[in-house]
Amino acid sequence: MAIDIENLLAEANAGLADAQDLQVLDDVRVKYLGKKGLLTEQLKALKDVAPEQRKAAGQSINQAKQTLQQNIEARKNQLQQALLQQKLSSEKIDVTLPGRGQVSGGLHPVTKTIERIESFFHSQGFVTADGPEIEDDYHNFEALNIPESHPARAMQDTFYITEKYLLRTQTSSVQIRVMEDAEPPFRIISSGRVYRCDFDITHTPMFHQVEGLLVDKDISFADLKGTLLAFMREFFEMDDLQLRFRPSYFPFTEPSAEVDIQCVQCRGDGCRICKNTGWLEVGGCGMVHPQVLKNVGVENEEYTGYAFGMGADRLAMLRYGIKDLRMMFENDLRFLSQFN
Amino acid sequence: MKFSEQWIREWVNPGIDTATLAEQLTMAGLEVDSIEPAAPAFNNIIIGQVLSVSKHPEADKLNICQVDVGQTENLSIVCGASNVAAGVKVPTAIVGAILPGNFKIKKAKLRGIESFGMLCSAKEIGLAEAADGLLLLAEDAPVGQDVREYFQLDDQIIEVDFTPNRGDCLSVAGISREIGVLNNQALSPLVIEPVLPTIDDTFPIEVQVPSDCPRYLGRIIRNIDPKAATPIWMQERLRRAGLRSLSPTVDVTNYVLLELGQPMHAFDLAKLDQKIVVRRANKQEKIKLLDDSEITADESVLVIADAQQALAFAGVMGGLNSSVTAKTSDIFLECAFFNPDTIRGKARRFGMQTDSSYRFERGVDYTLQQRAMERATQLILAVAGGQAGPVSEVLSEADLPTRTAVTLRQSRIKRVLGFSLENTVIENYMSHLGMQWQPVDDGWKVTAPAYRYDIAIEADLIEEVGRIYGYNHLPTTMPVANLNFVAEPEAHISARKIRQYLVNRGYQEAITYSFVDPEMQSLLDPEAPVVKLANPISTEMSVMRTTLWSSLLKAAQHNQARQQQRIRLFEIGKRFTQIDGKYQQETVISGLISGDISPTQWGESPRKVDFFDMKADVEGLLALTGDDDAFSFEAAAHSALHPGQSAQIMRDGSKIANIGTLHPDIQRKLDLNTPVILFELSYTGLNHGVVPDCQPISKFPMIKRDLALVVSEEVNVGTLFAVVESMAEERLQHMEIFDIYRGKGIAEGHKSLALSFTLQDDSQTLTDEQVDVIIKKILVSLQDSIGATLRE
Ligand SMILES: [Zn+2]
Repeated sequence: MAIDIENLLAEANAGLADAQDLQVLDDVRVKYLGKKGLLTEQLKALKDVAPEQRKAAGQSINQAKQTLQQNIEARKNQLQQALLQQKLSSEKIDVTLPGRGQVSGGLHPVTKTIERIESFFHSQGFVTADGPEIEDDYHNFEALNIPESHPARAMQDTFYITEKYLLRTQTSSVQIRVMEDAEPPFRIISSGRVYRCDFDITHTPMFHQVEGLLVDKDISFADLKGTLLAFMREFFEMDDLQLRFRPSYFPFTEPSAEVDIQCVQCRGDGCRICKNTGWLEVGGCGMVHPQVLKNVGVENEEYTGYAFGMGADRLAMLRYGIKDLRMMFENDLRFLSQFN
Repeated sequence: MKFSEQWIREWVNPGIDTATLAEQLTMAGLEVDSIEPAAPAFNNIIIGQVLSVSKHPEADKLNICQVDVGQTENLSIVCGASNVAAGVKVPTAIVGAILPGNFKIKKAKLRGIESFGMLCSAKEIGLAEAADGLLLLAEDAPVGQDVREYFQLDDQIIEVDFTPNRGDCLSVAGISREIGVLNNQALSPLVIEPVLPTIDDTFPIEVQVPSDCPRYLGRIIRNIDPKAATPIWMQERLRRAGLRSLSPTVDVTNYVLLELGQPMHAFDLAKLDQKIVVRRANKQEKIKLLDDSEITADESVLVIADAQQALAFAGVMGGLNSSVTAKTSDIFLECAFFNPDTIRGKARRFGMQTDSSYRFERGVDYTLQQRAMERATQLILAVAGGQAGPVSEVLSEADLPTRTAVTLRQSRIKRVLGFSLENTVIENYMSHLGMQWQPVDDGWKVTAPAYRYDIAIEADLIEEVGRIYGYNHLPTTMPVANLNFVAEPEAHISARKIRQYLVNRGYQEAITYSFVDPEMQSLLDPEAPVVKLANPISTEMSVMRTTLWSSLLKAAQHNQARQQQRIRLFEIGKRFTQIDGKYQQETVISGLISGDISPTQWGESPRKVDFFDMKADVEGLLALTGDDDAFSFEAAAHSALHPGQSAQIMRDGSKIANIGTLHPDIQRKLDLNTPVILFELSYTGLNHGVVPDCQPISKFPMIKRDLALVVSEEVNVGTLFAVVESMAEERLQHMEIFDIYRGKGIAEGHKSLALSFTLQDDSQTLTDEQVDVIIKKILVSLQDSIGATLRE
């Protein structure tokens, strides 16, 4: 009897070892442990065993049953693991293949530039102002202290629509619109398209200006210098960038200055971009002309202010190394996608 | 304006080199544009005198010349110039010389005859752009002298770009004055002795408009030698200032203009009838000018006339008929002060600008005329001989400009510049600038000199202080102002947010010109009232766009022509029209897609974009408002769009956008090879949304029911949705369409729509019976309103 059990167990284990899939494994289980399984039958046969041997026989059958169950479980695990391994290796992909779906686009470099500039000034409490592009003579010229036949009008080749209406030649017209409608202090940043009849390698008939205006009770030219120096250093992310202010003339500021930055390409040593001067002109600025303040009803003894205007296209070109101005408004996707 | 550096250094000579001088000028607001040598590099060219000329035996056009160059032996030089003659003095390049352009002179054989050098033209030594024969030098030119020394060619030409307020610097005198101020140095005065008249002749002058011409000086000079040559030094100074030598009289007036800044004019006395009349032109009065052009003047134009007719465009250009010619021996010399307001803008109106108008417009020193007249007379007599009459002056003192005293306060300097200077420093600046000043409480009363037209208010003087001290030496500080929160309404949809959304949806931002080709404009939007430019750059840029599509389509053409097939572009900008004579300039967001929906990729079959791809992008844009229900799409025609694939977007009943497929006919005309989908959305239609108002989420389960409904082809899905929405069934949470079917089993002219309804209640779990009731209600409503039937 004892040998029978031993043999049965050995047979069953051999069966387990032979089972290569879960179905065969289950067949083995049924064969030995099923309702009519060989070991089950042995248990049923215990009633025919002599009572004094019954206990020991029962024990050894149960022992064998337990062992077999454990072995089946182990084998099952083994087979499942193998199966999983097989499945995983069949599901291997080439992770270097490109992803699918839509890709993002990007902003135009001029917009990127304007957004950055505006952010810097917003952080200093400046608010954005906007104005019309078809502007009247008053806001574009008269109110800015540029009367009819003033030589300064010849400096800016204006696109006219009628005698009274024109395409704004500068964003300074926005200054006037803001100041005539509100009370000081003013902290304004305004950017947008401006137009001049000039079209060659260094000029496009439309370009972008960013204009800043600060009018308050104690604003000086030194503050203007400080603001532009700090801004340019932030914009180009160069802590030691040098600026210089050259006296100039704008009818709407007095004193007036042109702002040069140290060439960001050669850092002042001289190169093609700065025409070997080491400096790059980036904008004009000055203290708001008392007459302009008067024109918009701001008390010009109590209040002083500064204003500046910068060419956003030029700053974009310098910042991103754009060499050819003509590319700016062609909108070639191969150009645009470089700024994504 | 260009100046000879040598000339300036005769007036004022600070101990600084050219580069430093240029830097100084630039930093004082007189921007130096360029510095160029007065002549290109060359050497070993010396003054030679041709002693004899004999024909070359082998060549008709060549001569063999014996040339004295001040050395022990004469040189034999073969020369082809036609103006070579015995006795002439010419620049002679000897063997070993290097001419401009690194051209080396060697001993050479020309048709068998040896030549030991070369006789030069003005062009060959870089003194002229073109030359006709040899450069013949004056009889007193010293033989053997180096040509560089003779012409004083070791000089720089400094070109300065002046701002319009600095008319006072448009002369050697003016720029020298400025250099004097910057270097705290006095000028070497130019002594001008009055010329004593040797004849009594005068010519009558009648100034009819003294306010236009407060001062007019005239003088007769008789018997000048019209054949006299302008001396080389004067020619050279004119050349270095960019002026050509024309005739002794004209050269002298130009010279005085450069030297002192006073424009002058010489008339041929023989051609003047009775008197000089300074008056306004008559209506339609024609004047034939020196440059052979003719202007038709009107009453706003000041002219110099004689008893008969207008002769010259005052302050701008002389007339052809009264001008000095090669035969003129008697001249009438004019030196006037014209009111800048009268001259301003006039030359430009006729498309002209002259050295004279340039100065009169900006303001000439109104005390200068006497001095300039004497200087010019002196030079004319020296160059061309003749006898001068007395100077006649017609003056209206009351019409001369005035210089009112301007108060300059120390406290204001501090306020505007942000720093202070000692009184004595400021006083020193004022004195050097030629200002009269007297101390008053907290500052000075300052009166500007006659040559300064740009000092009218205190700020002008403050600028002078800052400028002379140097802007870059002023302190640099950050402004101090009260902190202030900047309003940022949460429901405002900024352009920045819109851009970022479109970028995330795969669009590239474009920036295009606001003016477009009228052809493109009328192709897309023929009915719109366009705004035209009066003076466009070109026809292709002559009208303001009424839709950004005109520019985006051009960009699409550009890209397709460069093998860029998959295009997704947007732009935010203004479109322009006019309504009742008023200009409308509205900011819009405009987009264009064409080509494949996705970039080329594996594992997906490529598909071209269609209306619904763009509609999804636009719906996402509308969703930025958080107010989706306010928007609806309606089929609507647009001249640029496919009549069956075109919609307008409404927000609360008003139109805010157009969207659709580009009309296939326009697509063909524009040579675009794939369909193009477009949208254009008013920024103000989109830029305001709602702040989220959070609702509780129901705890009870959602129940989904699908229905297949058959409707006539005519029925829009939008209409169906609107019917259901109008029932205001609160428990209906969502309604989706997930299929459209046409064909077998569906009657001709009909379509089957597969709809999914999601139902949920806030307070209970819906039973099947309750759901059935709701669905039934929907069905009945759809049956009644749009004839929908349940699909069999
Ligand atoms: Zn550089």
